[in-house]
Amino acid sequence: MNTFSPFTLSSLSFLGPELVLLSVGILLIVVDLFFENRLLLPWLTAAGTLVSLVLLFNSPSGIVFGYMYVVDAYSVFFKMVCLVGVLFTVLLSERYLTTEKLRHGEYYSLLVFSTVGMMAMVSGGDLIVVYLGLELMALSVYCLVGLLKQDSRSNEASLKYFLMGAFSTGLLLYGISLIYGLTGTTDLSMLSQRVVSLDLINNHAFLVGLGLVLVAFCFKVAAAPFHMWAPDVYEGAPSSITAFMAVAPKAAAFAVLGRVLIMGFADVHIHWGPIIAFLAVLTMAIGNIAAIAQKSLKRMLAYSSIAHAGYALLGILAGNNEGLSATMNYLFIYAFMNMGAFAILILLCDNKRRGEQLDDYRGLAKTNPLVAALMLVFLFSLVGLPPTAGFIGKFYLLVAAIHAGYIVTVVAAMIFSVISAYYYLRVVRYMYFENAVQETAAVSISPGMTAALVLAMIGMIGMATFPGPILSFAGKSLIGF
Amino acid sequence: MIPVTWYLALSIILFSIGMYGFLTRRNVIIMFLCIELMLNAANLNFVAFSHYLTDLHGQVMTFFIIAVAAAEAAIGLGIVLALFRNRRTVYSDEINQLRG
Repeated sequence: MNTFSPFTLSSLSFLGPELVLLSVGILLIVVDLFFENRLLLPWLTAAGTLVSLVLLFNSPSGIVFGYMYVVDAYSVFFKMVCLVGVLFTVLLSERYLTTEKLRHGEYYSLLVFSTVGMMAMVSGGDLIVVYLGLELMALSVYCLVGLLKQDSRSNEASLKYFLMGAFSTGLLLYGISLIYGLTGTTDLSMLSQRVVSLDLINNHAFLVGLGLVLVAFCFKVAAAPFHMWAPDVYEGAPSSITAFMAVAPKAAAFAVLGRVLIMGFADVHIHWGPIIAFLAVLTMAIGNIAAIAQKSLKRMLAYSSIAHAGYALLGILAGNNEGLSATMNYLFIYAFMNMGAFAILILLCDNKRRGEQLDDYRGLAKTNPLVAALMLVFLFSLVGLPPTAGFIGKFYLLVAAIHAGYIVTVVAAMIFSVISAYYYLRVVRYMYFENAVQETAAVSISPGMTAALVLAMIGMIGMATFPGPILSFAGKSLIGF
Repeated sequence: MIPVTWYLALSIILFSIGMYGFLTRRNVIIMFLCIELMLNAANLNFVAFSHYLTDLHGQVMTFFIIAVAAAEAAIGLGIVLALFRNRRTVYSDEINQLRG
């Protein structure tokens, strides 16, 4: 552990990526106020995200602000996932916002502020910082979900998300307060020492506190049985925000879950291990089985994202570095395949159709062969079929869970994976083996959309052929964790 | 000096009332008030523990929670207002357009 460092100006150099994003967020508000040309905004956001991404790999690592803020390779990895998620979202939104007649200014600045929140959350070495980051992220996303003010479905989604989010915050805080009262600290590294030295492993009040924290984060990652809000919110939100929510805030919540459980409460693994195993199986079951019944592709992808949270929980469940690095790897791959699928959904959204219903995909291969082929790759990857990146991710997760001894859970994961093939491949059947109900117009492609699709494809092919670098980066980031 | 268990009992009662209200009430504003009750139960815990442990972290946390709760209230009421303009209702069982 590093020596205690009080606040100095030089500590700010550890916050480079966050400060860049924060200034971009403020700059976006100013530009929105004084310039007429709204098309400047997405590119400004994308540029800011890229600068932040470059800075991320060039900033020093250490523990600053008196153990409050931890900049280590683990946080860098998750910040990378979040920034990639935001970059995709910005590229997807460029044309979509005009189609939906959404205002550009606050959209991009809220997106950027929520990312700053995620970065704070991921770097939080103290439960206070984790809480503040979580709230900055959540408050911005509540607004983003409800940004289609005239659309009552968007209002409803936003309200549901807000109520469930605020409720889970209440549970989280009460849990933290109990843990604080018993250990006398909110510092995560100190917590793990106090749990052992004060012999709290079987203390009931402590376990209640830990349980409440666990439930709150299960709300955030939409793990069953705390997933009820997710399908409604994902369906009602603007499509670009749905894509964003399934990737970035979820990755940030997993990062905190990993840090809190494995760094703070590793010694209590005997208590939370079986609970996470049960939740993982339940999440995969509910996500995959409910997705079969959906007629809307957007809602189907919402259930699929619940199911994928279940797979990612397998790595946390293992409770060791191997499992955690498998989860990190999987979340990174998931960012690309999920963004790819949503890119196609948004591409098909124009004035005539929404691109959200499964029927919109009938006969797509005949009218737009390229779009259908791309969708095919993303869907195969989401199923986890062997040559794709999705398979690589799932493979390491299952191996980690087997090594940790959760054989039954792994068998269940395999079975639900097979079930998931049914609803993903149904979209493929619609695209390739059925005729269009009505004559569909050609899709109009924008520069941002092209960039997003190319990026998604490069990521997918790169991860499928050379999975080594990302996996070893994830593994290395856990050394000395 | 009042023993810390009394504060804990009060905060558990507050938290339970809040949770019960959130789960049973159907008026969105009341549900929101119940969430505030839960947050304040946590605040009470933090302050009581902070005094008991003579450690300032708990009080710092309380200040942050109060500030964030204010921001949350602003956003929450804004969302309720946007919904009310379109639907003319604040009852959660009438807000059921999204389902399936």
